[in-house]
Amino acid sequence: MTCEVSQALLHGYLDGELDPLRAEEFERHLESCSPCITQLEEQESLRASLRAAKLYERAPAGLASKIERQIANTKSESDYQWSWVPIFRWIAASAVIVLLLVVTYFGAGRLLSGRSGVEQAALAEVIDAHIRSLQPGHLTDVTSTDQHTVKPWFDGKLNYVPPVRDFAENGFPLVGGRLDVLNGRSVAVLVYGRRKHFINVFVWPESPNESANSAIGTRNGYQWNYSRAHGMEFCAISDVSATDLHDLSELLQE
Amino acid sequence: MLEPADRQRFERMVMPHHDAAFNLARWLLRSRADAEDVTQEAMVRAFRFIAGFHGVDARAWLLQIVRNACYTWLEKNRRADLTTEFDETIHLQPHFPATQSPEAAAVASNERERLMKALETLPARSREVLVLRELEGCSYKEIATITSIPIGTVMSTLARARDGLKRALNPSTGRDAGGKEVHRDV
Repeated sequence: MTCEVSQALLHGYLDGELDPLRAEEFERHLESCSPCITQLEEQESLRASLRAAKLYERAPAGLASKIERQIANTKSESDYQWSWVPIFRWIAASAVIVLLLVVTYFGAGRLLSGRSGVEQAALAEVIDAHIRSLQPGHLTDVTSTDQHTVKPWFDGKLNYVPPVRDFAENGFPLVGGRLDVLNGRSVAVLVYGRRKHFINVFVWPESPNESANSAIGTRNGYQWNYSRAHGMEFCAISDVSATDLHDLSELLQE
Repeated sequence: MLEPADRQRFERMVMPHHDAAFNLARWLLRSRADAEDVTQEAMVRAFRFIAGFHGVDARAWLLQIVRNACYTWLEKNRRADLTTEFDETIHLQPHFPATQSPEAAAVASNERERLMKALETLPARSREVLVLRELEGCSYKEIATITSIPIGTVMSTLARARDGLKRALNPSTGRDAGGKEVHRDV
């Protein structure tokens, strides 16, 4: 007769592999289950006879030295690696250089001309969002020139904390902030003023697979300026001049 | 240079476990001669890959390599070993006359013989888990590492293996305890 419930547990118990809680549970079960007690005793005696039989078989005397001899004439993988290292290094180094050239050339080119599918889509979204924000009442969700009002407003609305600073002294007064949606996710938008124009700065956490560190361009008559700093990616967009955007971008990266 | 350091590391961390390597191979292959060849081959292989070993449990790492070498060898030379299921009617009765020797020593050696044969009748997957646990003293976690099976499966495989062993030792009595299970999924 066997107790179906505890078969595996019994072996875990026998081997001392149950956590204290389950071991205690099993001991309590043992108190009232005679098939398990019998089974446990049988398993213990089986183990005892296995031990007594000394079934462990050591390697024959000569094996270790045979292995040693063969190893003496064998190269380890690291030996191979060692001899190949200089060559691999050169190949790797050249590959990196080529890759950098390609990335610089195409990456920047793509961003500037907006040719890449993903970036083009993202850029189109930024511009749409910018145009939308210029509709009456859409510019800001929180309107304040005080960074200490704008920053806490984002709390709990996003899973990251956008850096909010007022650059009024540099001619870019903070106007406010709002939430927008880019690429299907919520992002923070900081709104700055520049004379009578508005600048939207989209801020989201840096993703590691972006290639370029900064890029600028014009699209549909709007200037855009992309940069990354402090673990964030910034995309500023406005109808102000490229120089103005560049200045703001520099401030953001400080 | 990397090479002398690797050789030292191998000497210090892996060589001491060559008995464990041999023991596992011997029980998986059921032959000392074959085990010697496969162990040597596996140890040399381990040496070649020592640079890639960064763990702490060199025994488990080595036994993993030995186990793979054994299964590769079985596949090439004794495929039947991997597919044959436990069958006490074929393997057992003829091997085990009642052990009634009056001499204690004879009883002991008989008993050893009997256990050895019983262990060898178990399917390889059960046998290896039992050998690792009872002879090598591995924890469930180490067994899981060596055999690449989940810990829960280690526990149930052990349960099956021990029941199988019990039945192998007492062919007439032990059909009740999980016997059907052994036939079904080992």
